[in-house]
Amino acid sequence: MDAKDILGLPKHSLPIPQEKKSRPHKDSQRKPDGISREVYALTGGVAPLMPSVDVNQLKKRHQPENEKITWEWLSFTSSARKDDLKLYHWVRVVNGTPPTGDYQFAKYNKSVDVIKYTDEEYEKHLTDPVISRAILIARAPSPADVSSHPLVKEPYNITQEIERKRALSMVLSQTKHQERKDADAAQDAELAITLNASPEHMEKTTAPVETGSPSNIQAASGVAPLMSMADNAAAAAASLRSLRVYLRTYALDQMVQAASSSAGLRTIKRVEQFLQELKVNLKPKVPTKAVCAEHLELRKEILTLLNLQKLLQNKEEGSSYREGSYTETPDTPKRLQRGIDQDRTFVPDSVSFGAISTERVGKRDQKRKGPGREAPSSPAQSNKRPRKLKTTDSHQENRNQY
Amino acid sequence: SSTKKIKDFEICVPIAYGTISFWLGKKATETQSHVWTVYVRGATNEDLGAVIKKVVFQLHPSFSNARRVVESPPFELTERGWGEFEIAISIFFHDDVCDKQLDLFHPLKLYSEVEHGPLSTKKPVIVESYDEIVFPNPSDKFLARVHDHPSVIVPRLPPTMNLPHAPLEDNKRGNKRGDTKDHPHVQWFNKFSEADELLKLAEARQQVQNHIVKLRRRMSMLDNI
Repeated sequence: MDAKDILGLPKHSLPIPQEKKSRPHKDSQRKPDGISREVYALTGGVAPLMPSVDVNQLKKRHQPENEKITWEWLSFTSSARKDDLKLYHWVRVVNGTPPTGDYQFAKYNKSVDVIKYTDEEYEKHLTDPVISRAILIARAPSPADVSSHPLVKEPYNITQEIERKRALSMVLSQTKHQERKDADAAQDAELAITLNASPEHMEKTTAPVETGSPSNIQAASGVAPLMSMADNAAAAAASLRSLRVYLRTYALDQMVQAASSSAGLRTIKRVEQFLQELKVNLKPKVPTKAVCAEHLELRKEILTLLNLQKLLQNKEEGSSYREGSYTETPDTPKRLQRGIDQDRTFVPDSVSFGAISTERVGKRDQKRKGPGREAPSSPAQSNKRPRKLKTTDSHQENRNQY
Repeated sequence: SSTKKIKDFEICVPIAYGTISFWLGKKATETQSHVWTVYVRGATNEDLGAVIKKVVFQLHPSFSNARRVVESPPFELTERGWGEFEIAISIFFHDDVCDKQLDLFHPLKLYSEVEHGPLSTKKPVIVESYDEIVFPNPSDKFLARVHDHPSVIVPRLPPTMNLPHAPLEDNKRGNKRGDTKDHPHVQWFNKFSEADELLKLAEARQQVQNHIVKLRRRMSMLDNI
């Protein structure tokens, strides 16, 4: 009615009696069948002009015209069964002939060959620690038959295995002293590089790392990318010096990029978040030489802090992993208690033993003035890291699952 | 250059550059609602003419003769218009200073981004950036000429280097002042003090360093188990 008003059309286009006639006709059109009026109105008030899903799009069973399909309740046997039990099920019969072949699920009946031996065999062959191999060889009709069996191909060398496991456990469960030495050396190298970007200094600090220990390979490889960071800083400074003129903001930008060269995007984002939390401008408002120098140093220190946090995280995770090592009995509960830092609240949730939340810790430290207990970790944070605790090991069934 | 023997001997010129715009109020027309000035000035309003030969401002192509050259200080340009756009600023130095130009960019702002009240003809919209032009390898001639010029920051020279006092004013320009200390808009210019920022940075560094100490302590506690 209002629309007609706006358009300027006459309100009653049809004389009244005609309207009355047309309305009941419309009503019967409107009235939906089977669904309530309101529900019908949801779909737009009228019956859909086209079906929403074209029936032709649905998959049709391919059934040629000449085939006659019936479904019959028939018996069947399975090769998976040792007896002749006949069970029944519905079968799709085509033109009167039932399907042939084995029961379709028989192929899933897998079995494992477990080696069993008699007492005689045991006496004869198996008092040797290398049990299974011996019995395989003994039972084999000829050596050639059995030579492709993995047990025979790679004989279990006990001395080698003992040595291998010893080396492995040594790496995984270094003495605290050795670990501390390695970690300190790695830290010192890191700090020396981030706080003092001169290549000469770098050489001095890498020297002590060259002591014999398998984990030093890690330390050395950890140092390698840091060396390139120091190089980047030196290169950036050199390239600036070679310019005839540049802007201070440009120089700062170059140095910041060089300092963050070894850091991934995520770390760089974290540094910027940190700066924002510290209420420091991401780009200094008054970029004098002194301000730029301070700003650069601050960024490098934040990077160091983040690296330290990561190191600490790995350590705390790693120490829990090492608790149930090959050579030690899993004496886990006490050990883990000790592993927890006294300052921090113990995080009861199983996911993140010893984990640290990086940004959160930083944030809370600034807000609290007292002897700060550091914030408990956020589970969401630590879920992102691969959980070393999950590795299963048949030797360590006793280890508590956290 | 004799200063090459000195490590990291750089000459630096602190500048402030940007735009200031006034709404024309009653006198505003459709095509000219504001009068604005784009400029490069000494951060402490000293005369940049000793270092800078000319500044070229590249305006929006809708302006006639969009490439405007200013060959003497104060290096600024005033225009009328209605639209905001990015201005390219190219700084050219004297021959003994540097033969490379330096390019800056600045967006002209006519409307305040913080204040959304009614426009005022009295209160301009001013946007400035602070920066420092650094010459890492100044020539002896350049150094001799500007070593005691107020617009330039020169490191302390060794006592053996006794340079003559540089001529203060370039008389070619006659009576026109190159400095902006009494500029008509000087009251609006930012003062750019590094003190606040330095303080904030020092505080922040202290916090971060404290945190590092805490973490190292925790690290060693773990080791002592």
